[in-house]
Amino acid sequence: MGNVILKVENISKSFSTVEVLHSLSFNVRYSEILGIIGENGAGKSTMMKILTGIYLKSSGDIIFEEQKIDLKKPIDAKKIGISIIPQEFNLIKDLTVCDNIFLGSELRKNRLLDKELMKKKTKEMLKVLEVDISPDEKIENLSGAEKQMVEISKALAFKSKILIMDEPTSVLTINEIKILFRLMKKLQKEGLTIIYISHKLKEVKEICDRVMILRDGYFVTEKKIDEITLEQMAESMVGRELSQVFPSKNKPSDEIIFEIKGLTIPGVIENVSFALRKGEVLGLGGLVGAGRTEVSEAIMGLRPVSGGEIMVKNKLISIKKPADAIKAEIGYLSEDRQGSGIITSFSVIHNITLVSLPSYSNNTVSWIDQKAELKASKKYQKIFNLKAPSLETHLEFLSGGNQQKVSMAKTLDTKPDVLILDEPTKGIDVSAKQEIYHFVNSLVKEGISCIFISSEMEELIGMCNRVVVMQDGRVTGILEDKDINEEEIMFYATGIREGGN
Amino acid sequence: MLKKIDWQKYGSFVALLVLILVSSFLSPYFLKFQNLMNILRQVSYIGIIALGMTFVIIGGGIDLSVGSMAAFIGAIVVLFMNFLGTVIENEVIVIIIGMATGIMAGALFGAFNGFMITKGKIAPFIVTLGSMAIFRSLTLYIGKAGEIQSSNMIYGEFGTESFMLIPVPVWVMLILAAVLNLVLNNTRYGRYICAVGSNQNVAMFSAINVSSVRFFSYTLVGILVAVSSILLASRFNAVSTSNMGLGFELDAIAAVIVGGTALTGGRGSVWGTVCGAVMLGVINNMLNMVGVSPYLQGTVKGIVILGAVYIQRQKQ
Repeated sequence: MGNVILKVENISKSFSTVEVLHSLSFNVRYSEILGIIGENGAGKSTMMKILTGIYLKSSGDIIFEEQKIDLKKPIDAKKIGISIIPQEFNLIKDLTVCDNIFLGSELRKNRLLDKELMKKKTKEMLKVLEVDISPDEKIENLSGAEKQMVEISKALAFKSKILIMDEPTSVLTINEIKILFRLMKKLQKEGLTIIYISHKLKEVKEICDRVMILRDGYFVTEKKIDEITLEQMAESMVGRELSQVFPSKNKPSDEIIFEIKGLTIPGVIENVSFALRKGEVLGLGGLVGAGRTEVSEAIMGLRPVSGGEIMVKNKLISIKKPADAIKAEIGYLSEDRQGSGIITSFSVIHNITLVSLPSYSNNTVSWIDQKAELKASKKYQKIFNLKAPSLETHLEFLSGGNQQKVSMAKTLDTKPDVLILDEPTKGIDVSAKQEIYHFVNSLVKEGISCIFISSEMEELIGMCNRVVVMQDGRVTGILEDKDINEEEIMFYATGIREGGN
Repeated sequence: MLKKIDWQKYGSFVALLVLILVSSFLSPYFLKFQNLMNILRQVSYIGIIALGMTFVIIGGGIDLSVGSMAAFIGAIVVLFMNFLGTVIENEVIVIIIGMATGIMAGALFGAFNGFMITKGKIAPFIVTLGSMAIFRSLTLYIGKAGEIQSSNMIYGEFGTESFMLIPVPVWVMLILAAVLNLVLNNTRYGRYICAVGSNQNVAMFSAINVSSVRFFSYTLVGILVAVSSILLASRFNAVSTSNMGLGFELDAIAAVIVGGTALTGGRGSVWGTVCGAVMLGVINNMLNMVGVSPYLQGTVKGIVILGAVYIQRQKQ
């Protein structure tokens, strides 16, 4: 820590006539880890895109190592030593690790690719990062964490001085996060400066030296990490006091409304059984890859099962395709919002009624009652406090939190009795998260039952009446009431303990 | 943002108006009623096919077989009617049976493409490339590579008739466009085909039967090819096995794209396609009238297609 490597002075950015960054100024010091936090739409990504030459600034100066620089395109930033690891990895899945690392800066000998040298260098780099992957491995065969290591190597191959990491832990398991943090510390010692963007305040607290908070495109505050508490961070991000994050839990009735028995997908999930009571929030916990999403996809008829029974209201039902599940009044909010939840080129209205469309077009020519669609959408706009210029607005123009609200509305519009929410708060900001918690709570109070999948411990602890913990495709334990805490969940999730309850 | 949506919706109409304006300055004959009707008649055969192609492309697919399918259906219809003529006296009944057969054949051929694409899981480009070759070859075979003359006395009449001054094929195109426009914008199927074309995965997760939605779009285009083929065969009262429908697939795709439908799928416009087809016809007509070599007309058409797509890109 000490001298300033990068100075940002009065940077503003406007898209057409709307200013989204308002005269932002801050410093980044040599070999520090600077955390930047803020809600979705606070301007973090926009600022980083300016620093990496993806967006052009509207006004202001960027001073790098005491020289004013002008970033016109991404390669300009890379050349001076600013690299970014984007949230969505920027790797070509058909190419090998080595090819990806040197993509765009291939080493050559006599005008031909020097494959041997590149392979050697890749090996060295991977060794420094202490990861055990072969340079010849194809990207598509790597895990999320390994892909991230490749991204880091790619940045290092460019001799980066500043490495920007945008939500690097969102695809990682707890163990992988530990490895990543160890690596970050190591790189920091070797002189690398890291800008760390995240929603996860605990991680910021753990890894960063300093934290800067943005809200609505304005600079709010900047503090040394030990001078600010998690609560203060959250409050400065939102700009108001966060009262109760989680609502008080609803007491479910004893009536079992939904049950699965011995659900099996060969090689994926094995003999998964649990029951859901009316008005209950049943958590599904476990590490990434434990098979939780696969269980819900099997319930929804998105994956063929080799065995097992699904009972709704004590009646055995057969689900072969998603339409069967919808008919059985089961709703599913997918984990992958953009990939399988919403259509970004559709309007808010058309997204909301996508699943429930048959009920708006229940006539011989399946003519859609567009007035009814609009009415329903208005209702959800109000319930969810949806912020959109208009209900005709395409979803690509909405923030992640608002997209998620639309996705929720879509799932609810089929009027399900059983609601499966798969990572409902993934990638959305604190206040939208809170809204969703309260909304789920009000739903279960009305008698809807909810299966709540989450990788965030606090959510499981704060929201669920019971938690089913899975490991390696199997249920290892079901926790209740006071047994629901981080340690217990971890014990079962890692398979240290098994067969609870 | 409002401006952008408006442009997407009405861009092709504006372009058509500009084109008509320019053409009317270039040639005094352009705006003559007879000339306009000629253009519309010429584009209607492609236009009808392009209406179906719009649905296929919105659904994220493509159909290269429409041209040879048109020839094949035409050949079947004429041969079948010639046969029927030897057993049934009443020529009107012969025509009705012949047409019904043609439509059914179209639905069947389209369904074949759709089946191979959805159940066989082969890329639409490949499936329809294959069926394009199959249909043309079968046409040549059953027609002995020559021209198949219709022996029906009145079949050739209705295709050349006009109703309220407007040629029959133009009426057919306009009525079909009006109906299909409603299907696209106001019915569940229309919404579903857009969803499937935008993001197949989301559609699947949303309990939409993706396969049947796509399957139906190919069946639909097959039926429309049959309609077009029946009208075209009636116009000449004959089918040329080697020439009929040649290059229709490219013209139909061009009309769809110029009309503002995204080749990547997900959104499109039925009236836009009609506009696109008319635009291509107007360009040909104008080039003829100002005496540009017919060999150069393809170049102009190509430039218009590239220009239209380029403008759409910029506006996104």
